[in-house]
Amino acid sequence: MASHYEAPIREPLIIGDKSYHDITKDVAAPVEGKANKQWWIVFIISMAAFLWGAGCMLYTIGTGIGTWGLNKTVGWAWDITNFVWWVGIGHAGTLISAVLLLFRQKWRMAINRSAEAMTIFAVVQAGLFPIIHMGRPWMGYWVLPIPNQFGSLWTNFNSPLLWDVFAISTYLSVSLVFWWTGLLPDFAMLRDRAVRPFQKKIYGLLSFGWSGRAKDWQRFEEVSLVLAGLATPLVLSVHTIVSMDFATSVIPGWHTTIFPPYFVAGAVFSGFAMVQTLLIIMRKVCNLEAYITLQHIELMNIIIMVTGSIVGCAYITELFVAWYSGVEYEQYAFLNRATGPYAWAYWMMMTCNVFSPQFMWSKKLRTSIIFSFGISIVVNVGMWFERFVIIVTSLHRDYLPSSWTMFSPSFVDIGIYVGTIGFFFVLFLLYARTFPVIAQAEVKSILKSSGENYKKLRDGNHE
Amino acid sequence: MSSKVVQALYNDDDVLMHAVKEVRAADHHIEEVFTPFPVHGLDKAMGLPHTRIAIAAFCYGLVGLAFATWMMNYMMIQNWPQDIGGKPSMSFWYNMPSFVPIMFELTVFCAAHLMVITFYMRSKLWPFKEAENPDPRTTDDMFLMEVSVKGNEDELTAFLQNTGAVEIKVTEKH
Repeated sequence: MASHYEAPIREPLIIGDKSYHDITKDVAAPVEGKANKQWWIVFIISMAAFLWGAGCMLYTIGTGIGTWGLNKTVGWAWDITNFVWWVGIGHAGTLISAVLLLFRQKWRMAINRSAEAMTIFAVVQAGLFPIIHMGRPWMGYWVLPIPNQFGSLWTNFNSPLLWDVFAISTYLSVSLVFWWTGLLPDFAMLRDRAVRPFQKKIYGLLSFGWSGRAKDWQRFEEVSLVLAGLATPLVLSVHTIVSMDFATSVIPGWHTTIFPPYFVAGAVFSGFAMVQTLLIIMRKVCNLEAYITLQHIELMNIIIMVTGSIVGCAYITELFVAWYSGVEYEQYAFLNRATGPYAWAYWMMMTCNVFSPQFMWSKKLRTSIIFSFGISIVVNVGMWFERFVIIVTSLHRDYLPSSWTMFSPSFVDIGIYVGTIGFFFVLFLLYARTFPVIAQAEVKSILKSSGENYKKLRDGNHE
Repeated sequence: MSSKVVQALYNDDDVLMHAVKEVRAADHHIEEVFTPFPVHGLDKAMGLPHTRIAIAAFCYGLVGLAFATWMMNYMMIQNWPQDIGGKPSMSFWYNMPSFVPIMFELTVFCAAHLMVITFYMRSKLWPFKEAENPDPRTTDDMFLMEVSVKGNEDELTAFLQNTGAVEIKVTEKH
């Protein structure tokens, strides 16, 4: 037992008297059981939203971008707001699976699988927006550096929009293989437990014939470590590049050097809020409270508080620099944000993102499940408004006062946004019923060091 | 000579680790060990050499970087230089700062994907591959050690029994 020593001061990560077999049973239960009524209700609602959104997308593609609320002055609005919002949400999954792996944080093991699933599903939603905004998505392959029929005119590698193409596709595909590699041993567990031949076949196919040889595990751990090392700078680069879509332009309110770190912090902030929203429900519905404990919720709340405060600092720095720069246009852009016709959106953002996470300083509040759930929703709303404020308020006051306008979304804008939320939940709900939602192999490897029963046993016969 | 193996099942990782060390000390040959989760130090105890997959990943990353550099130089500088926002298109080095993001992305892309493909090939993992763990419980809570039989079979079984095995089976290895 000596090799499994962990300081007694650390709270157990696996609650109750669990054995290796119990972990197998608990993780396999949601997959092997039947869906309950609530699952079907939420699934049907999400599916309806998704179908409505798909209809709106088809209408956009068939008729054109004119179906949106865009105008001559505000040429970018909900589409890119939603794009940045979804990419940002994705960031927490990689942070949990990669950065916390590099820091050897054992608490990540109960939540990394679902967080990564969330990443992949969120990036899928994000990817839809640039594609439908092309207007002619069947020309989508023009963003790839392939010689075209007009001669060898290439894509423009000076453009941050093209960097985005490379960043998002690298991010999505690398996240996917990272996730799948981790899933192999867990699919193998489901395969070896399956009683119905169809299930056995499907999980056999998905598990790629994983057998758990010592050499496979050695490579598995090395590959996970290297992928974590690659995914960490990758995730930072993705939102950095997303922020450059704005920062490299010359629009007051966009043209700021603080954007990359500010966007990355915001992304982690919103992503953790979404993980919190999903896992608070999942631990209850799937009976995983022994693995996703109150401590997990508390630690995520602390990250939300820290990143929320970083975002708050960035907002204030932006205001200060706008004033300090002495540039009239820049000063006006920020004054207009806080006091202009979109002030309600600005103060909504400030309240949700800077003020609300400060409650987490209180131990009592950050260990309250209901309160954490509420804050996680508030933060997601706030982060959507942040992107809306940055994009729309910077554009709606043009250099020419005669071009000043407001933006109001059409039903198509709203439909597409609601549709992606529906699509996201459809994917996540299907995942929750068919995938091992906890990385059970990894959790088993920390049972002896961080399981409540083993900790008690060890601390009982202390030297 | 027949290639018989003894399959010893253990129900605890610490007992298994101990057993692996004892079996090695007694000069028996461990064919394979199947475990439900990564048991730390097992590879070392079994005497497995280090994996070189991280070195391979580094090399793949260099390939990605070289490819990105070549591609952007060819497309933007050699083949069709364009004046885009006054950015210098006549020299790779002057234009290079704009190329850094994609150089980075392709480095990561190649390193990650080629490393994972290497891992899948080397460990023989792909769709429709049949699983090869001899007992389905080895993905749940059992640990299986295969020891090749050389000399007295009963003696070996008794020896393994003493190391804490909960089940022992002798089979023909194909």
